[in-house]
Amino acid sequence: MTITLSVWRQAGQDASGGFVTYLVEGVSPDMSFLEMLDVLNERLLGQSEEPIAFEHDCREGICGSCGVMINGRPHGPWGGAATCQLHMRAFRHGETITVEPWRATAFPIIRDLVVDRSALDRIIAAGGYISAPTGSAPDANLTLIGKEVAEAAMDAATCIGCGACVAACPNGAANLFTAAKVAHLNLLPQGQPERWRRVEAMVETMEDFFGSCTNHGECEAACPKSISIDWIALLNRDYLSAQFKNRRLAARS
Amino acid sequence: MAEATVITLDAKVPVGPIEAKWDNHRFSVKLVNPNNRRRFKIIIIGTGLAGASAAATLGELGYEVEVFTYHDSPRRAHSIAAQGGINAAKNYKNDGDSIFRLFYDTIKGGDFRAREANVYRLAQVSVDIIDQCTAQGVPFAREYGGLLDNRSFGGAQVSRTFYARGQTGQQLLLGAYQAMMRQVAAGSVRLHTRAEMLDLVVKDGRAVGVIVRDLATGEVARHSAHAVVLATGGYSNVFFLSTNAKACNTSAIWRAHRKGAFFANPCFTQIHPTCIPPSDEFQSKLTLMSESLRNDGRIWVGKNAADLRQPADIPESDRDYYLERLYPAFGNLVPRDVASRAAKRMVDQGRGVGPMQNGVCLDFSAAIDRLGRNVIEERYGNLFEMYHRITDEDPYRVPMRIYPAVHYTMGGLWVDYNLATTIPGLYAIGEANFSDHGANRLGASALMQGLADGYFILPNTIGDYLAGILGDKPVPIDDPVFTDVDLEARTRLHRFLAGGGTRSVDWFHRRLGKIMWDHCGMSRTKAGLEKAMSEIPGLYEEFRGDLRVLGTGEHLNQSLEKAGRVDDFFQLAQLICRDALVREESAGGHFREEHQYEDGEAKRNDDDFRYVASWQWSGGGEPVLVKEPLEFEYVKPSTRSYK
Repeated sequence: MTITLSVWRQAGQDASGGFVTYLVEGVSPDMSFLEMLDVLNERLLGQSEEPIAFEHDCREGICGSCGVMINGRPHGPWGGAATCQLHMRAFRHGETITVEPWRATAFPIIRDLVVDRSALDRIIAAGGYISAPTGSAPDANLTLIGKEVAEAAMDAATCIGCGACVAACPNGAANLFTAAKVAHLNLLPQGQPERWRRVEAMVETMEDFFGSCTNHGECEAACPKSISIDWIALLNRDYLSAQFKNRRLAARS
Repeated sequence: MAEATVITLDAKVPVGPIEAKWDNHRFSVKLVNPNNRRRFKIIIIGTGLAGASAAATLGELGYEVEVFTYHDSPRRAHSIAAQGGINAAKNYKNDGDSIFRLFYDTIKGGDFRAREANVYRLAQVSVDIIDQCTAQGVPFAREYGGLLDNRSFGGAQVSRTFYARGQTGQQLLLGAYQAMMRQVAAGSVRLHTRAEMLDLVVKDGRAVGVIVRDLATGEVARHSAHAVVLATGGYSNVFFLSTNAKACNTSAIWRAHRKGAFFANPCFTQIHPTCIPPSDEFQSKLTLMSESLRNDGRIWVGKNAADLRQPADIPESDRDYYLERLYPAFGNLVPRDVASRAAKRMVDQGRGVGPMQNGVCLDFSAAIDRLGRNVIEERYGNLFEMYHRITDEDPYRVPMRIYPAVHYTMGGLWVDYNLATTIPGLYAIGEANFSDHGANRLGASALMQGLADGYFILPNTIGDYLAGILGDKPVPIDDPVFTDVDLEARTRLHRFLAGGGTRSVDWFHRRLGKIMWDHCGMSRTKAGLEKAMSEIPGLYEEFRGDLRVLGTGEHLNQSLEKAGRVDDFFQLAQLICRDALVREESAGGHFREEHQYEDGEAKRNDDDFRYVASWQWSGGGEPVLVKEPLEFEYVKPSTRSYK
């Protein structure tokens, strides 16, 4: 099939960008979306035009590298899938597809479809961990964790850090990303000692870079791992509690 | 081929009974006292399981750590894609497991081509890994009572695999990444993202630093340290199509090899039997499906070559359930390598299925009839969904198509018991070294080794080297050795950019991969390897003369990045073929058609090849083979049989 691509091209962070239109012929419905871009890039190279820069790596939906806006939707029309898992059979012959980088102030464009998402790492560094220096751990079965708790923590922990939630949010908020990590760690018994300082530090770092959540819910719809917006409620509750919790007496509650 | 007689490799295996070696060693190595640790700077390349866990631990110990990843975030390293699980000899299931049994299974699974002392230590620290990861909050699967759950895995008769759904690698990597980010916040680890190592700097025979390119700005910079650790993974992408992530490459270890680090057992590459076959010539990578599918699926091809009917339309009478026919005892559950080679034979005979006739059927209809769709859905639902999404075929209704693909490399830089390479001050950990899996890796052991190296082994051994250079300052980056290597690296980049040819990097990479897959893939012959060795240099010449890389080196330039990686793959490919040619036996993932029993089983030759083939770079001429003999004191070599 033949499709028309309208792709955002931008030479660098400070350069001005714009849409460039390409006609892509001979697209097979079995190609992945990224393979279609590979084919286009090969042709561009043949015409001495620089290939479109886009981020990708594992191409099986787990590394979180890839991610572009496709017709205005993060990761394109298929729900619960990353861009690399999207196949061209999702589109029709003759269709025009608009491809843009993540749109968020916190994610400056580096080139074409590649953005800088390092602000997400800053949130993790602020408290998205359990302090457990190597060698100091007790036997793993000493800490009992109910199956329901472990499963809930795992549901939250599946976040791949792609940034689709931020790109989807009209406010450019990173609450779903932050909430997923806070929930993963704050649900577990091992995470309790740092629970209040964790949520406080992560939320405050998040607010240095990202917009505020106003419950649009776009993030959940865009998430390739279908992470629930409910975690944001848990985040807010823990953040609020952290403000008045007497941490010295936490063990008594 | 030149064989060295003068050089011998000292693996530095400690004395004493095997269960006491690691204790003895930790007592005998020199230590660096806590106040002195901050005076040592350590560079780590790579942030997968091995790199991130090493960075976190060395940072906690108080060393000054600088860590580099070419990704935009350390969490993207390819460890993230590991599905199945991680082995540990906890014996929580009370089913007869022990450290010795995990050691035994790993040595045997590796077809007696790994060093006993290293493997025993791996089994010893495996139990600490589970404790460590649990303490970090890795959400391993649990029983209702709150205790950890286990599953069984190939090559073992006990249940010792810990898992977090089908995303164990992701959860373990996030644990290590988070521990490392804690050190980044604390200031003991300095993180460089989008930073690719271009070369290693060696002065007076010691590793003293690296040259790194910032992939976003193109800036080439020099970094100096007391020691350099390579945690840069495997080289499966030499085959172009593999289950590895697109950016996985050999460059860091290959550049170190060219600077003097020996490369061990490069021909030990592993094939996974259940991947989705390529759908067209544009296919960019292969997707692995869990091996557990073979528990309930029946594998078959058409009886006749060139049967172009849809698999579902081929009647029972025209199907050949070839694994059940050839291996009645194990049937569809023969080991990975046996299943892979049988599939290749069928496809080579023109009996493959699918539009490109490049796969075999994995059929669940009998299991669905027997157990009901619900049971199959419960066991494999997520895999069926993934398959459906990729191929647009519903495996509940039509047979899956599968084909083997490369997915792990056991070979890597030669290291001693300390995980030190042959260049003092240079260490290799995780898949980047050759140490623990011999000729074949068991499922759920890659994660174990990466974390063992990073959390528990390297942090205990690197001090022995550092203590000896206490008081030395890192070599200044304006030292002539840095200037020279820096210039070399820049010149190389300019050469790629100035090529002015007509072909893309991928065009060459695909062709190189095809030669490697056809002649040095899951089954190898002398004639085929010689053919590959005669074809690769020609293609490499063409690569050097006809490559086209557009743009400049002063911005994000993904073609330029790939050019360097493929350039190194070209050189490594020749060494892999040479190693495969010299190894006149079949062992693990290395199958030489000349060396098999009548029934097609691999025929090992312990008399002549019970050694680690370690290769020394010789400036582009014929590499030198140095052998490290392997002694088996605790596990006597035996022949595998699956009849």
